[in-house]
Amino acid sequence: MKSKLTRRRFIKGVIFSGAAATTGTGIYLAANAQSGQSAAERLVTLNINGRERRVDVLPMETLANTLRYKLNMTGTKIGCNRGECGACTVLIDGVPNYACSVLTQNVKDKAIVSIEGVKETDGTLHAVQQAFIAENAPQCGFCTPGQVMSAVALLNSNPRPTKTEAAAAMSGNLCRCGAYEHYLNGVMRASGQLA
Amino acid sequence: MSTHIGKDFTPPDIAGKVTGEIKYAEDYKREGMVFARLLTSPMPSGRVVSIDTSEALRMDGVIGVFTADDLPPVPPPGNPALASEYVTYVGQPILAVAAITEEIAESAIDKIRIDFERRDFVVDPLESLSPGGSNAYPEGNVLVRTREEGPEGAPIVGAEIRDIKWPQSAIDAIKSGSEPVGGEFTTEWAFGDLDAGFADAAQIIEEPFVTIGYPHHSLEARTGMAYWENGKCYFHGSSQSQSANNAGLARMLGIDLADLVFINEATGGGFGSKIGPYPFMAITGNFARVLNRPVQLRITREQEFYIGSARSGMQGWIKVGVKENGKVSAVDLVIVNDGGATGGGSGNSSAQHVTVAYQPENMRYRGISVYTNTTPRGAQRGPGQNEMAAVLAPMTDKAAKAVGMDRVAFRKVNVLDSNGFQGGSQGPVTSAFVREALDQGARTFGWDEKLALPKQNGSKVRGVGVGIGYHGAGGRGYDGLVRIAPDGRLHIHSGVGNLGTYSYAGTCRAAAEALQVPWERCEIVHGRSDKHLPHSSGQGGSNTIFTHTRTNWVAAQDAITKLKEIAATDLGGTADDYVIGDERVYNSSDSSIGLTYAQAAQRAMELGGKYSGQEYPDDINPLTQLAVQGLAGSGLIGVAKDNIPGQGQPPGVVVGFCEIEMDKDTGKFEILDYTAIADCGTVVHPKNFDNAMRGGAVWGVGLASLERHVYDPQNGLPANTGLYQNKPPTYLDVNTNTKMGGVNIPDPQNPTGGRGIGEPTQGASAAALSSAIADALDGHLFNTAPTTTDMIVNHLAGNTYSTKSLKTNTF
Repeated sequence: MKSKLTRRRFIKGVIFSGAAATTGTGIYLAANAQSGQSAAERLVTLNINGRERRVDVLPMETLANTLRYKLNMTGTKIGCNRGECGACTVLIDGVPNYACSVLTQNVKDKAIVSIEGVKETDGTLHAVQQAFIAENAPQCGFCTPGQVMSAVALLNSNPRPTKTEAAAAMSGNLCRCGAYEHYLNGVMRASGQLA
Repeated sequence: MSTHIGKDFTPPDIAGKVTGEIKYAEDYKREGMVFARLLTSPMPSGRVVSIDTSEALRMDGVIGVFTADDLPPVPPPGNPALASEYVTYVGQPILAVAAITEEIAESAIDKIRIDFERRDFVVDPLESLSPGGSNAYPEGNVLVRTREEGPEGAPIVGAEIRDIKWPQSAIDAIKSGSEPVGGEFTTEWAFGDLDAGFADAAQIIEEPFVTIGYPHHSLEARTGMAYWENGKCYFHGSSQSQSANNAGLARMLGIDLADLVFINEATGGGFGSKIGPYPFMAITGNFARVLNRPVQLRITREQEFYIGSARSGMQGWIKVGVKENGKVSAVDLVIVNDGGATGGGSGNSSAQHVTVAYQPENMRYRGISVYTNTTPRGAQRGPGQNEMAAVLAPMTDKAAKAVGMDRVAFRKVNVLDSNGFQGGSQGPVTSAFVREALDQGARTFGWDEKLALPKQNGSKVRGVGVGIGYHGAGGRGYDGLVRIAPDGRLHIHSGVGNLGTYSYAGTCRAAAEALQVPWERCEIVHGRSDKHLPHSSGQGGSNTIFTHTRTNWVAAQDAITKLKEIAATDLGGTADDYVIGDERVYNSSDSSIGLTYAQAAQRAMELGGKYSGQEYPDDINPLTQLAVQGLAGSGLIGVAKDNIPGQGQPPGVVVGFCEIEMDKDTGKFEILDYTAIADCGTVVHPKNFDNAMRGGAVWGVGLASLERHVYDPQNGLPANTGLYQNKPPTYLDVNTNTKMGGVNIPDPQNPTGGRGIGEPTQGASAAALSSAIADALDGHLFNTAPTTTDMIVNHLAGNTYSTKSLKTNTF
């Protein structure tokens, strides 16, 4: 049976039911303990960056956790783990999502692209990545993988966005260093609108 | 002509940032690694009566518990890594639990029982100073720096907590915008004759002000991972700095400098909160030693709010006397700092900003820093200076108007120049060209043209503002280290951290410039101390460009001297007969007589001694000595302490110009234009200069209009621990078509001409925005930072809302 439970909906449910929980991980463990799911049920196949990856996934495990701690794909960053910052953005069937707010069990049949899957297999950087370098866009770089993912998704759906459209599309990605203008210029450059 | 300085280049780590391949502390794993999590205080103030960990320790997978008893005691007013008897803020770490998985560690935390006794708490400094007000600590409410005469007359500098109360009349006075007569202060300085200065004034401006602290919220929470091997501690830390961590962290771990390997390839933001080793690092390293296993201690976003530091707040009063010609004749300034749980404030730095903006003929500053049961406070981007800039700018506009002067012209009359001073000691500066920056900015922005435009447009109103940001921008006396390898390549060893400014790389250009080596033949060595890194400044205080272009320059000069000496030894003549160029050292009268850098490096290894690092100068730091020892025999070593003569503090100054359009129905405003011009000497790396300027401009919007602590005054609980609630600016809150520039006049005390600029970028933006908000509202002064939309709309609605209560942390 496919679960329609998102992590946020689950957390909301716990809060409304009056259960005490101090952190997201605590909730996650409690839910996993109650799942009764066998190891065989937890073993799932994920389509990540065009490759099939088999991984043991707990019922309430987030995609960000699976990527970082099960598959050692540490390019996806966890900045807040509460759906606020966008550092963990990945594409699911081409749509940008916060991987901290997606349950891995819910994306078994989806195509997932993480930052590790953006450049070409021969190592050539994606146009967005090249443009971000040209614009010296990253500062500390912690939000950058998420910014790249949102920019890639934007240009896939809107190859020549205005700067205003780009700002709206990227506004789910915080940059505490404040490099917004450079990222936007990078989007403009990657879309061929900035020489 | 410069081949590297003032030219763009691609920092070597930027590709790793766009691909996600660069590693932050949390991205490292180690075989056998266990996961530690923190148990934190649920209350703002209390006493830990007992801790029962027995149930947690019985859980499968739990490896151990670490408490304050496992660390050396830290008596007040220190900031302990783990609370022992008293807790003084919500979120204060009390203990750590390690387990084989994070989930088990989290679950074990829930099994630990702690009995607390509640204590009274306080979240507002003026409340604590009031008669009968609560104290944040059992010992008192004020941090006092002490200075006693020690053995042989050497001063012993310390700190203590004291209980200080003001008479109610002083509390009432400052809240109503008057001098708090009778209030006790812990810091005071003055110069000139204040009474005479006010007597000379044609106009006097007297205002209260309040600025509210807010968290750094670095996007990478301060995770660490440590393990011990072969008697050494390997520590993956999240830090703005590199070498500046080693000595302090080694002390925390009780080990020799040589036994610590600090690893920090990249860090996810710091903004002042990760300049040096922070107390929390002691848990990770010592826990790993106790368990004899690698320990990763990862904290949550909420915990980063709690222990990730925050800007201190201010409640203050200022009186400014202005002569008819616009010159500020006198300033009297009082600042009560909100020091949070760590007690320190930055009032003196705020006063320093006033000296730079006004160069007053006479001035007095009085300050006191009060503990509150809120999060620890520390340096945050232009601490003191920037929040002062935000509230001072509209007052400056009022002063200019009072004497009938244009606001830019008023600033030009008063601001710092090369013959000016900064701070209460009136110390000199290396150079300053702020008037030139104001002229350049006014031209670029179109100041006169914008002033001439109509202000009203239906329900919208335009506001135009100008502001100045300032911070000291450089230090002296650190070390540089370069190595010419046997293949002739130049290895520039940098102990500067990588917090995202790329100045670790930009400063290395000075060595390449001096030795005239193409950039593609250079290699920057950085990121972990076992790569043999020199003693470097903390990566904060806008200092790196000035400080470490100089260190790399002097190291390169040492290498050049050695190249010439080796050539003279092998080829005849004296060292003075030789020059360098094209990666060769050769006789100035016959360029065919010479050695390539590769050949000279080979000869350095054969000659040994000082040429290849077996000997080194006596005055270099012990950390640099270790680095040279590690490199000895591997090439030609250039190493030196920065002893370049000179005096004065290099200033970093930015002037900002802002245009907004405000909706008078909602109080919301849009930033239509922002222009900023820096006075930071020669711009060393133009692309990165732009990024620093724009990033700081975004920070200024947060300081002036969005970000603040909010505590529930009834229970002392923080209301905005997350990112959205705290509201750092997003893409949609800022202008993304800004114009940035620099005066670009070289500083005479830096061979490359550069000074730093990181912090004033924010102050200028905050000041210009505050000035524009006031201008849009016909000069109304909120005297607060931030000035939020709700304050604006209440003012527009004619409500009785007033900031004169000087409430902070609550509203």
